Amino acid sequence: MASTSIFPQKDPVVDAPRPGARRILGRVNWSLVLGIGLLLGILLFGTAGRLLVSRDGMKLGASDFAAPPSRQNPLGTDTAGRSVLVMMIYGTLPTLTIGLIAGGVGTIVGASLGLIAGYYGGPIDTVLHSVADILLGVPSLMVLVVFASYLGDMSIVTMSAIIAFFAWPWPARSVRSQTLSMRELAYVEMAKLSGCSDLEIIFQELMPNLLPYIASSFVRAVSQGIMASVGLQMLGLGSLTLITLALMLSNAFSSAALTRGLWWWWLPSTIVLTILFIALFLVTLSLDEAANPRLKAARRGGE
Amino acid sequence: MTDNHPRVVLDVENLQVQYPTALGDIVACRNVSLQVYRGEILGLVGESGCGKSTLAMAIMRLIQPPGRIVQGRVVLEGTDLLSLKEGRLRQMRWQQIALIPQGAMSSLNPVMRIGEQIADGMRAHGVEQSRGQMDNRVLDLLAAVGLPRSVHNMYPHELSGGMKQRVCIAMAISLHPSLIIADEPTSALDVVVQRLVIQTLMEIRQRLNVSMLLIGHDMGLQAQLVDRIAVMYAGRIMEVAPVEEIFDSPLHPYTRLLVESIPSIKERKPLRVTEGLMLDLRDPPPGCAFQLRCGQTSEICRSIEPPLLQVAPEHYVACHFC
Amino acid sequence: MSRIGTSYVVRRLLVFFFVIWATASVNFLVPRLAPGDPMAATLARLSMGSDRVEDGAEIIEQYREKFGLDQSLAVQYLKYLGAVARFDFGYSLASFPSRVMEIIGRALPWTVGLLLTTTIISFALGILLGALVAWRSGERFVEFLAAPFIVLAAIPYYLLALLLVYALSFGLHLFPSGGTTRIGATMEWSLPCILDILHHSILPALSIILSSIGGRMISMRSMMVKVMESDYLTLARAKGLPDGRVFLWYAARNAILPEITTLGISLGFVVSGATLVEVVFSYPGIGYQLYRAIGNSDFNLIQGITLIMVISVATAILVLDLIYPRLDPRITYTDK
Repeated sequence: MASTSIFPQKDPVVDAPRPGARRILGRVNWSLVLGIGLLLGILLFGTAGRLLVSRDGMKLGASDFAAPPSRQNPLGTDTAGRSVLVMMIYGTLPTLTIGLIAGGVGTIVGASLGLIAGYYGGPIDTVLHSVADILLGVPSLMVLVVFASYLGDMSIVTMSAIIAFFAWPWPARSVRSQTLSMRELAYVEMAKLSGCSDLEIIFQELMPNLLPYIASSFVRAVSQGIMASVGLQMLGLGSLTLITLALMLSNAFSSAALTRGLWWWWLPSTIVLTILFIALFLVTLSLDEAANPRLKAARRGGE
Repeated sequence: MTDNHPRVVLDVENLQVQYPTALGDIVACRNVSLQVYRGEILGLVGESGCGKSTLAMAIMRLIQPPGRIVQGRVVLEGTDLLSLKEGRLRQMRWQQIALIPQGAMSSLNPVMRIGEQIADGMRAHGVEQSRGQMDNRVLDLLAAVGLPRSVHNMYPHELSGGMKQRVCIAMAISLHPSLIIADEPTSALDVVVQRLVIQTLMEIRQRLNVSMLLIGHDMGLQAQLVDRIAVMYAGRIMEVAPVEEIFDSPLHPYTRLLVESIPSIKERKPLRVTEGLMLDLRDPPPGCAFQLRCGQTSEICRSIEPPLLQVAPEHYVACHFC
Repeated sequence: MSRIGTSYVVRRLLVFFFVIWATASVNFLVPRLAPGDPMAATLARLSMGSDRVEDGAEIIEQYREKFGLDQSLAVQYLKYLGAVARFDFGYSLASFPSRVMEIIGRALPWTVGLLLTTTIISFALGILLGALVAWRSGERFVEFLAAPFIVLAAIPYYLLALLLVYALSFGLHLFPSGGTTRIGATMEWSLPCILDILHHSILPALSIILSSIGGRMISMRSMMVKVMESDYLTLARAKGLPDGRVFLWYAARNAILPEITTLGISLGFVVSGATLVEVVFSYPGIGYQLYRAIGNSDFNLIQGITLIMVISVATAILVLDLIYPRLDPRITYTDK
């Protein structure tokens, strides 16, 4: 509903001032809450757990080999006599760290590139978005495999770095398409005409509106990063000594835990990883809806 | 305004359409009543955002949730459209009442050929014809709006704006409906093409004797086509009168503003600047909708909403001072 | 009818060859840049293996010559590219003297079969569900049907595979936990054998399908929502067209277009995920071979498999890109 004035006026629906706290409660996004709750839970497990349980349970031969769950080892032990529960507690944080580093680096790089490409357009944009599209079309895990197989055992940081290489195209794409559509909007033209420098426009006008997309891309990138690291580790690559949830799975496989019925070795990690991914997914979905409110309205459409 | 003329094609009574938002309901159409007589073109004018298109959508029951029609009747050829069941409504649509949409540019299915799009409306309403016969009918329709035969096999993106608009007109007349609602059919077009489209509409009107509700915001354009004009502001009808009376003796202050703002080649007029603000449709003040911009308000204008009253034959105004 | 022009097709082909060339080059460079000298290690292992094989030493010599390992890097590179163009990836280090392409050739059909069926099924079901959820938004039944898929979409294929194995294989003993046939059964074209294979393929296929449907569904739904707000949908309704026609030919037909592009982009991801599923089930496709190759440090096989996978995905994307203009009249082959 345009007004008759020539100056851009606030749209009464979109630019409504933030409703008070009580109103927010009724509109709270439950999937976001659930997602964050689960993430915090896992985080707690991985951090507080360390304070409560000692590392000793992880030492080789600490208990009986391949023993099913018992009072002493609530989740049993693996074939090297390590307590599964202790390994899980200590393995959670590294798993999360990898995701955060890979996702973080990927998002920062990707979002910046996307912003530049979208804003300046022209050849920079063409090159960038072609490269991004190509990278997206390549089975990244395979290429990572090539790198990783030659690098042997690597630190978490190295692994995160190579994973980040494939994590940047998605945020770049997402931010770029948003920037492209925002660039056309009248208020950006106005800002240019009134003499704002490019940097000012980018940071003051575009960035705030891009935050939901950047946030959503970040969570997605974290999820992707963890998935890639789990993938690499399950194939027997990447970080081979530091215990992570994925490494536990990999070890379980190479010891044929599946056929030997040692379910307590691989099932708990699987469950925790599953919960982790579901949580990240819920958060991504919620952020996507925040970025594009139409999706939420459609969800409630039938009222 | 409830006289029951036998020659009334469309009778809208007390229609009210609302959209809920985070901070309250927006009343897009407030207590709207108007009638379209058989064989006439009724113009509906008002500025952007005054609710004209909403009214058109509401008449055809095309309002999407969360918007809703909260009260009123829309009686077309004796049947209240708002009380019909889906099936019956679908039958009546296009056959009795058709729409020439506002954004003709984007109103055509991008992945379907023009001929197909014109035909499916007919086929949906029981026109059983062989392929060849249907094609001929479509070609006839295209010819009626001045489009070449080749358009039949084209896709929308291959057509210019004016051509797309005329395709929409062809679709609208395909079943000879009693009423056609034309929602700003020339707004997105340049002047030359506008003339073409207007001419087409005039020919249609002459040949088919169809009744029309022509929505627009350009008074000059409306004057060329319509028999009567209804003026709308902030979701309410302000004045309804035959076109000559609107231009010769506009009664409502808003109508006067509209008429005076038409630029004239013959005389130099000072530019009348409109003082005041547009109404906040979510939280309108009591009384007349025009009070914030009218030059001559008084106590009663700010407290009681003026009803639409007849002041002369076929001339209705909603103002305390007319 | 055929408006095949140059720009669109040429561009896609260029991208296609570029991707393959780039991956091959990465394959070439990485071992030569890595710490230590994997090439020497490669040769050493080949030599070890050759002791057990007749004419082994000769084969090694031929290998040396063909890949010009004594010559400059540039020459090696060119010879390497030439070999790749002929699909000659050399010998498997771990299964010497089997050639890499032999191993891939035996494993590839399994993977292709699995991926082709799962992709088609999950695409079709996902699109359908997504369109329905959007069209009938608010209807309880459809939402209930769709909800579990959304959750499943979050779970990577291999994790889902593990969960399914636990539930259906250990728990209920409905499906086998690995392999393609019962232990000891021979491969033949008989009905019982085929059924056996299918039985073994159900869990792997299910892991991929159940997880993929959700993603498709969500993106199709959001496209449908966008399309449903469009002007042409409004006019279609105004025309009093039957609901089914509007849904199919006006809404879904338009919403599906970007999904096809997305399908192409997601293929890389699907292939990567399927690899791990094969590992979980010891399904003898190229993913499983990759896993074993990694375990054996069989670099040649690793590179060969990686390249084949990249080529496969690139080909699939190329095919999709070439089909797209047939579905969207706004894009023509002569499009700039």
